[in-house]
Amino acid sequence: MLMPTPDSRVIARRADIATALRRMLPADSVIDAEDARRAYECDALTAYRQSPMLVVLPRSTEEVSLILAYCHGEGIKVVPRGAGTSLSGGALPLADGVLLGLGKFNRILDIDFANRCVTAQPGVTNLAITQAVAGAGFYYAPDPSSQIACSIGGNVAENSGGVHCLKYGLTTNNLLGVEMVLMNGEVVRLGGKHFDSGGYDLMGIVTGSEGLLGVITEVIVRILAKPPHARALLLGFDANETAGACVAAIIADGIIPAGMEMMDRPAIHAAEDFVHAGYPRDVAALLIVELDGTLAEVDELVGKVEAIARQSGAVSVRSSTSEAERARFWAGRKAAFPAVGRISPDYFCMDGTIPRKKLSEVLTRMAEMAARYGLRVANVFHAGDGNLHPLILYDANRPGDLEKAEAFGADILKLCVAVGGVLTGEHGVGVEKRDLMGTMFSDVDLDQQLRLKCAFDPGGLLNPGKVFPVLHRCAEMGRVHIQRGVTRFPELPRF
Amino acid sequence: MGKLIKPRDAKETAEAIAWAAADKVALELIGAGTKRDLGRPVAADHVLDLSALAGVRDYEPAELVLTAGTGTKIAEIESMLTAANQELAFEPPDWGPIWGAEAGEATLGGIIACNLSGPRRIKAGAARDHLLGVAAVSGRGEIFKAGGRVVKNVTGYDLCKLLAGSYGTLAALTEVSVKVLPRPEKLRSVLVFGLNAEKAVAAMAAALNSPNDVSGAAYLPRPIAAVTGVARVVDPGTSVVALRVEGTEASALARNDALRELLGPFGPIEELHGMNSSRFWRGIRDATHFVAGENTIWRISVPPAEGARVALAIADSLEAYFYLDWGGGLIWLSAPERSDGGAKIIHAAIAGCGGHATLIRASAAVREAVPVFEPQAPALAALSRRVKEAFDPLHILNPGRMYADR
Ligand SMILES: Cc1cc2nc3c(=O)[nH]c(=O)nc-3n(C[C@H](O)[C@H](O)[C@H](O)COP(=O)(O)OP(=O)(O)OC[C@H]3O[C@@H](n4cnc5c(N)ncnc54)[C@H](O)[C@@H]3O)c2cc1C
Ligand SMILES: Cc1cc2nc3c(=O)[nH]c(=O)nc-3n(C[C@H](O)[C@H](O)[C@H](O)COP(=O)(O)OP(=O)(O)OC[C@H]3O[C@@H](n4cnc5c(N)ncnc54)[C@H](O)[C@@H]3O)c2cc1C
Repeated sequence: MLMPTPDSRVIARRADIATALRRMLPADSVIDAEDARRAYECDALTAYRQSPMLVVLPRSTEEVSLILAYCHGEGIKVVPRGAGTSLSGGALPLADGVLLGLGKFNRILDIDFANRCVTAQPGVTNLAITQAVAGAGFYYAPDPSSQIACSIGGNVAENSGGVHCLKYGLTTNNLLGVEMVLMNGEVVRLGGKHFDSGGYDLMGIVTGSEGLLGVITEVIVRILAKPPHARALLLGFDANETAGACVAAIIADGIIPAGMEMMDRPAIHAAEDFVHAGYPRDVAALLIVELDGTLAEVDELVGKVEAIARQSGAVSVRSSTSEAERARFWAGRKAAFPAVGRISPDYFCMDGTIPRKKLSEVLTRMAEMAARYGLRVANVFHAGDGNLHPLILYDANRPGDLEKAEAFGADILKLCVAVGGVLTGEHGVGVEKRDLMGTMFSDVDLDQQLRLKCAFDPGGLLNPGKVFPVLHRCAEMGRVHIQRGVTRFPELPRF
Repeated sequence: MGKLIKPRDAKETAEAIAWAAADKVALELIGAGTKRDLGRPVAADHVLDLSALAGVRDYEPAELVLTAGTGTKIAEIESMLTAANQELAFEPPDWGPIWGAEAGEATLGGIIACNLSGPRRIKAGAARDHLLGVAAVSGRGEIFKAGGRVVKNVTGYDLCKLLAGSYGTLAALTEVSVKVLPRPEKLRSVLVFGLNAEKAVAAMAAALNSPNDVSGAAYLPRPIAAVTGVARVVDPGTSVVALRVEGTEASALARNDALRELLGPFGPIEELHGMNSSRFWRGIRDATHFVAGENTIWRISVPPAEGARVALAIADSLEAYFYLDWGGGLIWLSAPERSDGGAKIIHAAIAGCGGHATLIRASAAVREAVPVFEPQAPALAALSRRVKEAFDPLHILNPGRMYADR
């Protein structure tokens, strides 16, 4: 993984920069001791590590603004970091960059039931928002599996999803407002407690911008009344194809479940060995389908899904009859990542999305690739929206394994794009998929995205080296090269 | 003399815009042209008519996605979706008649470019939430794409969100992919009669805060209820709150009953069945009640709990009619003509709570003189201008449509 060449002149000024930052922040908010800095050397994509030049931990929007304005003036790179659970290396530090951690932004500022929204600082965890409103019967819908740890600011930066996104949408569909500091230190507020934007939907592009457009310092999210009932079905299939066909049949019947997850045999076994959820071991694929709503609706839909599953050739069909049983059905799925962690020293989690109709084709071809690379792969994924999570198992201590795993991962993502899908459904491009952007986008497409980056951060100082494979100078990008003599135009039909 | 340029495909669209860029002449982008008078008057030399970029290119009901040229009429798409028991869940409104155009003419591109949505906004989101992918031509005359044809996609910046609601000032959209969803099987609306605006917002909040998955929450004061054309709403001769539930038959009926019980303490309760409900909500969606006459029309988005207060304050000062949608979060306002369209009073009323006002209908002179879109703080205005220039550096696409200086 090639990162932008560190600027040795900036690194040489490390002590001076620390001193300058200490003038703006309390002393303990600037970390420059080497061992303390090393705690930030990676996010959840642990294959890539780099100690940051300095770490700052501001507590207020004003402090963030001062830090960014200073770094902007001095030409110093800044990498924002929430909880560091990114799976794509979005929060990977730079050797010549300041790591700006938002861990001290940990307060919920306002719970507003009349407007059904919560205002929180960006370092608040995803789950803490739901916990703060659960007593009143509400919840925050997007639920990444990392929700006990990941920050709401990180969720906005990655446009994170989760199991319930099939019915309730991603972060972007549940976000009402943000406060953000631009690289030049200016503070802008986008959205609020109302719907839609009065001008350009800048909140829409900031969401999922992976820390490249601004530092988010406040977030307003919608909360929803918790559905009164939920039931889950555990459906076993003797082939991935039939499980995939069942997913398509459920959607085709007009049912949008609250969640529809799939696990393949290696994942089922790993999960079962770990948490003993009672999953059948003799099936090739499991579907967990959750339906929520009023009692009447849930019971009706459970009946419909059972029938569709049987028609699709399910070999085992179980429907939860109690909350305890529903929780058991989910236990294995929820523990799937750590379960896979137990059977392999290291794994990469890929994140492509494909059209649902390609599920079985892609799973089959992935198994062929696994055999070719001599690596194991386990699949636990959001089947309802075609968002795959192949876990590639490898051993970083075995020479050549990491490179093989990277190449295998790249092949999987290229396959996703080739069948009409995309590189990443919810984990972000980061450094991990950066060099594959060209498989999905032309140079013109990428240049247009980079010009947008220039509108926010013309110096390219905010989180450089992420998302985009090649960086151009903004001045160069902005030039308009008009080809004179484009004279075909007069021949166009006119009225 | 301005020309009317009507490209037949993306390539011709790019050629036309590249030509305009080379000659530094400005273009007004139109689909069917129904919403030409929505926004500030555009200072353009020629008209770029995108209505020939029409036709559904790909529709896979099982994938819940439809790809079409932006000139395709919404009506055509809806009849195709209805045949497969699906719909555009954001309820694209049919606003043409507001400006004197025919109903049923609006194009997909126009709806997306203006990021419009109907009463179901509160549950299903706006057009922007259903836009999965775009192909477009920038003000540089370059064809680019963003997004894809799958629902979950975070690859690169989400340009779809930005282009939705950019009113043709950033790029000419040539083809879009939108998410489609199953059509609910049953529709019911619970009515509560005789409430004032404050009580109405409280009743709507009670419904929206209950787990009954309400997909529409509107309040019509007496004069508006009287012109809905739905006898069960008109006949009681008073104001009405309406709460909509949709879904499978068992579910919709159960939630209808739960809401009747929940809202009983607020006032007399009735219900609207399928046919009546669809007529009632179409009126809310399209502001049908405000179409007749020449009144100035505003659409104001505020925090829902502030809806009554803001609406009453404005209606009082401007002698305006209003009704509320989105649980109080959307104020539709119809006021007698004034030289400033009422802008000062409206902006002052929402300043305290946050939100934005859009001037939907007024004379060109008024739209030229007052902010049609919410005025922005300096840092945000400067950023928006840089964003505009990132797509349209020469300001040749719909210049002035959103703001006088861009
Ligand atoms: C076990 C596990 C399970 C996971 N499951 C899911 C899942 O189900 N769905 C899913 O979508 N993701 C999942 N993730 C990925 C990850 O949790 C999400 O991407 C999460 O949103 C990252 O949040 P964070 O606070 O940890 O951000 P970080 O990892 O700290 O940062 C992520 C990116 O956001 C930027 N950033 C962070 N905070 C800010 C801010 N305030 N302002 C500007 N930029 C900022 C960073 O620069 C970086 O680019 C999982 C991760 C793990 C480890
Ligand atoms: C004893 C009695 C009491 C009645 N009380 C009421 C009352 O309180 N309120 C009232 O309004 N009517 C009432 N009616 C009238 C009656 O309900 C209507 O005539 C209706 O057509 C009956 O059909 P339904 O209930 O099955 O409605 P639905 O089947 O729900 O709807 C009928 C039609 O509405 C349209 N429709 C349904 N769902 C949708 C949708 N999601 N989107 C778009 N269009 C849709 C369709 O064209 C459908 O065929 C009553 C009638 C009787 C006999």
